[in-house]
Amino acid sequence: MTAMSHATAASTVVSAKSLGLTFQTADGPVTALTGVDLSVEKGDFVSFIGPSGCGKTTFLRVIADLERPTSGTITVNGMTPEEARRRRAYGYVFQAAALYPWRTIEKNIALPLEIMGYSKADQKARIERTLDLVNLSGFGKKYPWQLSGGMQQRASIARALAFDADLLLMDEPFGALDEIVRDHLNEQLLKLWAATRKTICFVTHSIPEAVYLSTKIVVMSPRPGRVTDVIESPLPKERPLGIRETPQFLEIAHRVREGLRAGHSYEEHA
Amino acid sequence: MGKASFLRDRLLPIGTVLVALVAVWYVFVVVLNAPFERDQAARAGGTIGFMELLPKTMAQERPVLPAPHQVFAELWDTTVNKAVTSRRSLVYHAWITLSATLLGFAMGAALGILLAIAIVHNRAMDRSLMPWVIASQTIPILAIAPMIIVVLNAVGISGLMPKALISTYLSFFPVVVGMVKGLRSPEQIQLDLMHTYNASSAQTFWKLRWPASMPYLFTSLKVAIAISLVGAIVGELPTGAVAGLGARLLAGSYYGQTVQIWAALFMAAAVAALLVIVVGFAHSLVLKRMGARA
Repeated sequence: MTAMSHATAASTVVSAKSLGLTFQTADGPVTALTGVDLSVEKGDFVSFIGPSGCGKTTFLRVIADLERPTSGTITVNGMTPEEARRRRAYGYVFQAAALYPWRTIEKNIALPLEIMGYSKADQKARIERTLDLVNLSGFGKKYPWQLSGGMQQRASIARALAFDADLLLMDEPFGALDEIVRDHLNEQLLKLWAATRKTICFVTHSIPEAVYLSTKIVVMSPRPGRVTDVIESPLPKERPLGIRETPQFLEIAHRVREGLRAGHSYEEHA
Repeated sequence: MGKASFLRDRLLPIGTVLVALVAVWYVFVVVLNAPFERDQAARAGGTIGFMELLPKTMAQERPVLPAPHQVFAELWDTTVNKAVTSRRSLVYHAWITLSATLLGFAMGAALGILLAIAIVHNRAMDRSLMPWVIASQTIPILAIAPMIIVVLNAVGISGLMPKALISTYLSFFPVVVGMVKGLRSPEQIQLDLMHTYNASSAQTFWKLRWPASMPYLFTSLKVAIAISLVGAIVGELPTGAVAGLGARLLAGSYYGQTVQIWAALFMAAAVAALLVIVVGFAHSLVLKRMGARA
């Protein structure tokens, strides 16, 4: 292996080339993704934004090997998504917390650790550490129904962080929460990202959320699902909530909105 | 407040219904048994007044409908006053039936769970097995029970086992249906989660499908244990069994011992209630340990 290719493998986490996915449905084929070229570098916080049906969740599920692409290529950590999944390369946070109701919060976090065969002592240490990371220390013995929706989603993030995956895939994790809780969790997520140095792929349909969180914003549009704009955010890494009123922030938000509108007008003419 | 509300919310409504039922029962006792008394009086060449007839309808030896106190006197006599090892003890007969019920229930539950696991994990099994499972229950048990007994007897199996097998035949069905639904109850998102962890199907089964199916399991077990008892009693009828609640029912009907029939029926109902309560207790115990809301 040459030094060059090694460097590429080490820094590029996700690399998609002219990726396409067509679902065969009863009403005929539906193109969920077409011609997606994208790379996610190590340490990036990439947001995927677009209206429903633009394929942003599908793309995340392709990275996770929950869907198979029908054309093009994609690598995750230089491997196929299936190999990456088998090596437990990523943690996935779903739209709903998907906690198992018969397990306490700490047992829920232990679930991937049990499956992956971590020792009891290691499990305990990791549960404590990740509960602390998401500010849920002291709630380990509670059952999911005893926690609020925001706390449940934080527990599910802790579960995804508990094992050593450098990639975190998040599919509208705060979509079902109210805006006050959402702001708070966004702030916490940025701190967590800084503390863990993970690579995060984050699906959302909120423009402020995408701009506030990301180093890179991927704007997508529907029918067929494709990438219309990729914006490298010039915002600093340190981001207090107040940054959302600065002209720089509003400028990026404007560009995202323009990108979304361009995608929509295409649809209206079609 | 706690005690008062127990009286008001539980004891009072149940007690009222019970009193009403017993009252209706006594009315029917008089109505149904009166013709025999009038007949007797006519044969003796006289008539009988209502006030004279009333106590007699409740003290016949072989009434059309025995009075509640006759049934309970019989129950008392055959449970408390007889040694439990005696053939005249209803406890002895109940135990014979209960042992077949429990054996049949255990086999039926195990068979039902195994079939459900096979059906959920294997598409071919799902297609081929489920129709047969359903078809098995469309055959009247009264028709098939004698044949099971005869066939098993021919191959040298007799006693407890044939009755237990009839219980199994009835009780596996609700367990299969309930467990197929239960093992399929995890949401797609919960299954996807397992997939992202690269969990084996055994891990997915033990950590997700099995715990998710518990409420379904116990609901079907409650049905299964009640019909296991029915199966055991039905299994005793065509064999000319000498012991068991079914045998008591059969002997009672041969000799017109209606009091004995009703006593056996009440014993069967009591055993069924006890079994369902025990399963229900296990149900709440397991769900409590699984963190269900109090």
